[in-house]
Amino acid sequence: MSLLEFENVTLKFGGVIAVNDLSFNVEKGEVFALVGPNGAGKSTAFNLISRFYEPSAGRIHFDGHDLLAHKPSEVATLGVARTFQNNELFDHSTVLQNLLIGRHRHRKTNFLAEIFFSPSVRKQELQNRHMVEEIIDFLDLQPYRDKMIAGLPYGVRKVVELARALATGPKILMLDEPASGLSVEETTDMRWWIDDIRRQMGITILMVEHDMGLVSSVCDRVLALANGAKLAEGTPEQVQTNPAVIEAYLGGAA
Amino acid sequence: MRVHFKTSYEQDIRFFEDRWTLFLYASLVILAFVLPYIIDDFYLGEMTNVLIWAVAGLGLMLLTGHTGQASLGHAAFLAMGCYAYHILVKYGVTFIIAFPLAGIITGVVGMFIAIPALRLRGIYLAIATMAMSILVDDIIVLTAPWSGGVSGMFSDPLNLYWIQIDRWGTPVAFYYVVLVVVILVTLGYANILRSPTGRSFVAVRDSEVSAQAMGVDIAKTKMLSFALSCGITGLAGALMGMFSGVFNNETFSVVISVQLLMMIVIGGLGSIHGAFFGAIVIGFLPQFLSISKGWVGDVIGGSAVAIPGLEFGVFGMILIAFILFEPAGIYGRWFKIRTWLELFPFYRKGMFKRQKSFLKTERLQ
Amino acid sequence: MDFFQLLVSGIANGCVYGLIALGFVMIYKATEAVNFAQGDFMMLGAFVMIGFGNSGYWGLPFGVAIVLTLVVMGALGYLIDRLLLRRVAGESQTAIIILTIALGFVMRFIAGIIWGHSPQSLENPLAGQELRLAGITLGMEDVAVILVTVALTVGLFFFFGRTKLGLAMQAASQNQLAAYYMGIPVKRVQGFIWALSGVVAGIAGILFATKGSVDPTTGLIGIKAFAAAVIGGFGSLPGALLGGLVIGIIEPFASRYMPAGYSQIAPYALLLIVLVFRPSGLFSQLRNKKV
Repeated sequence: MSLLEFENVTLKFGGVIAVNDLSFNVEKGEVFALVGPNGAGKSTAFNLISRFYEPSAGRIHFDGHDLLAHKPSEVATLGVARTFQNNELFDHSTVLQNLLIGRHRHRKTNFLAEIFFSPSVRKQELQNRHMVEEIIDFLDLQPYRDKMIAGLPYGVRKVVELARALATGPKILMLDEPASGLSVEETTDMRWWIDDIRRQMGITILMVEHDMGLVSSVCDRVLALANGAKLAEGTPEQVQTNPAVIEAYLGGAA
Repeated sequence: MRVHFKTSYEQDIRFFEDRWTLFLYASLVILAFVLPYIIDDFYLGEMTNVLIWAVAGLGLMLLTGHTGQASLGHAAFLAMGCYAYHILVKYGVTFIIAFPLAGIITGVVGMFIAIPALRLRGIYLAIATMAMSILVDDIIVLTAPWSGGVSGMFSDPLNLYWIQIDRWGTPVAFYYVVLVVVILVTLGYANILRSPTGRSFVAVRDSEVSAQAMGVDIAKTKMLSFALSCGITGLAGALMGMFSGVFNNETFSVVISVQLLMMIVIGGLGSIHGAFFGAIVIGFLPQFLSISKGWVGDVIGGSAVAIPGLEFGVFGMILIAFILFEPAGIYGRWFKIRTWLELFPFYRKGMFKRQKSFLKTERLQ
Repeated sequence: MDFFQLLVSGIANGCVYGLIALGFVMIYKATEAVNFAQGDFMMLGAFVMIGFGNSGYWGLPFGVAIVLTLVVMGALGYLIDRLLLRRVAGESQTAIIILTIALGFVMRFIAGIIWGHSPQSLENPLAGQELRLAGITLGMEDVAVILVTVALTVGLFFFFGRTKLGLAMQAASQNQLAAYYMGIPVKRVQGFIWALSGVVAGIAGILFATKGSVDPTTGLIGIKAFAAAVIGGFGSLPGALLGGLVIGIIEPFASRYMPAGYSQIAPYALLLIVLVFRPSGLFSQLRNKKV
């Protein structure tokens, strides 16, 4: 059984069809990319998984759970972590605090114990810091550890978002345009990190990306979308050479 | 400049980052405890008032400063805590039970009020809470058989096992009661902030979407924040009732709600310090104005003229100045001065420069 | 005929609430800020008019006084934007709420210093005149209030919906940065809107002062205007007037037919009911943020 399954998912906003009868599977351990022109429904697919939108029809399964039976906040608890297209960090907190919120789903204490900061809370906090510190190490965020997000450059914020998603200890990591707005060097870093996350941590990755260079270098399989429907699916080369995809991108000129 | 080398995670969750800060705060607490031997009863009374306002400020700070939900109706919860405590005492419940119980009752009520309020954001929440605060006046009148309505209620001296404490008879003992409450509430608050609960509050404040994606249940978090905030505010209300000795439907008017919100803005939103700084301004501004009025009267040779509305006028001007020049409040200013001193002479001008932000609506038309 | 008397006085009161609510809504539409001082703004307008027109002060002719009042109020609105609001663009909504509340405090204080704290009313040519229609006696003041309000609302509605400037204002509020890029002079537009809302507050103040007496705390009826704006949905001009009428009509009837103690809570209770069941007013404009 696949880790993530989209089964004939349709989403309508009024009369507009944002996602049209879309089906795909993401297998455990692979890097899977959604590509397509703007407005093709890539981010919408992410938001469906995050349960921000309610699909009009279809089913979404994750790791044997029916996602549609869960609240948005429970999706993270099942092991789905994500980043956002335009950074959605907690701006008035430090990098460390942002990452610690990532640990929220592993919380075992309640607020009463926390008011008194009982030994179990203390133990949990130490453990959280240990986990988070490893991610800070992994992504080279040490210089920014205690800095406020509001003062950080864009590229660093992008990495902090990745770090925060990793801090949740996910089974699947959804990256919404991880390389958009990054410099060439930063994109290269991002590429190695995605590779390392998959190899060292064994985390499945689902990403939306426009940079085809990045996509073909890290992805196992690619799904091309247009107007909310599937256009082509396969290895990066297969999809890139697919006539329907070329037409969707170049508007029939080629 | 002090540099902190952290060698264990333990150091990271401590309240005080080094011995020097620990020493400073310890001295402050010791000073607070010996204060009755330094100043006279009048100023001790003023100080007690400031501390009570600080508790109320902490209550609102949790909701507005840390969870980002602006409330213009917290006087309602002051009233609820105050009446809950005094009605319990009327029925013979002892202080040590009635006081926390008043906080819990207010907290639970606050949690239920949060359920409809969950659907409201920003300005709508502010207006709804304001309307609620206006209604409280009338509700107190309508429930006159229990609350005393317009004629009000008197606060009996509180019995703490072997001694009777009341604001006028034993101001020192009352001061200590308030001080202990302040310290306990502050410690609990600081503990919350360094735990998952506090982080989930901040997460909801900064980005609800993102908080949800991290597994934070927005509705539950807001309800908990309302409950804790109202609970603390209820405790402050009970203390306010004891402090004033007599109160009625007009004691906790909507003006108090507004004042409370302004207080934490002046103090600095999003910090425990802010509640205390704000309370000092609120508590001592009337004193300061009456002293300076007398002083002005002496200088110009006339008698001090009573100017109605002066207090609020000056208060308004101070607020405007703060929001224009130091939106981070007194705490923000203090933080900058401290950084400047620590870094001297290496402070750079742009270190605290705010990012230019542009308005973007969440409306769709 | 008692019923009609109540109705007309309710409608006239409601028009004043509606006019203040118009001020809120205009500013909210154009700048996304809510002016909690709009009620005090109206109070100031009433006092400025009294200052120009009443024989105890300058005693200018009625028409001249009106024009001067509107000019002064417009200028005041512009200055408030220029000196205060423009500098806090992008701050949190709490900061802007607090700023305008503080502004209200200062206005009340200043009005108290200039015009004193005892209630005053405006000397006007309509005073005491009555209009008899089909057996009902209406005060001329009430009729004037209703006519002026309706005319103003219609005018503003068309101005916002049809003219280029009106549309530019809506664009400026929805995405400042994009509006800048499109060449809309966002700052000038916002200054203009504040001036306009000053003028509307001036008109509301003049109408209020012809009907009753004014003192520095009069601005607190702004809270009822808030209820009106929310009931009407914060983004809608006709909605604001409608909300004002609802509140205005409920008040006299509640105090006539409901037990004492319950009547004055009616507007606020209604406000809370609307907020609970239609969280963003009857004409909702809020949606969830897009990511």
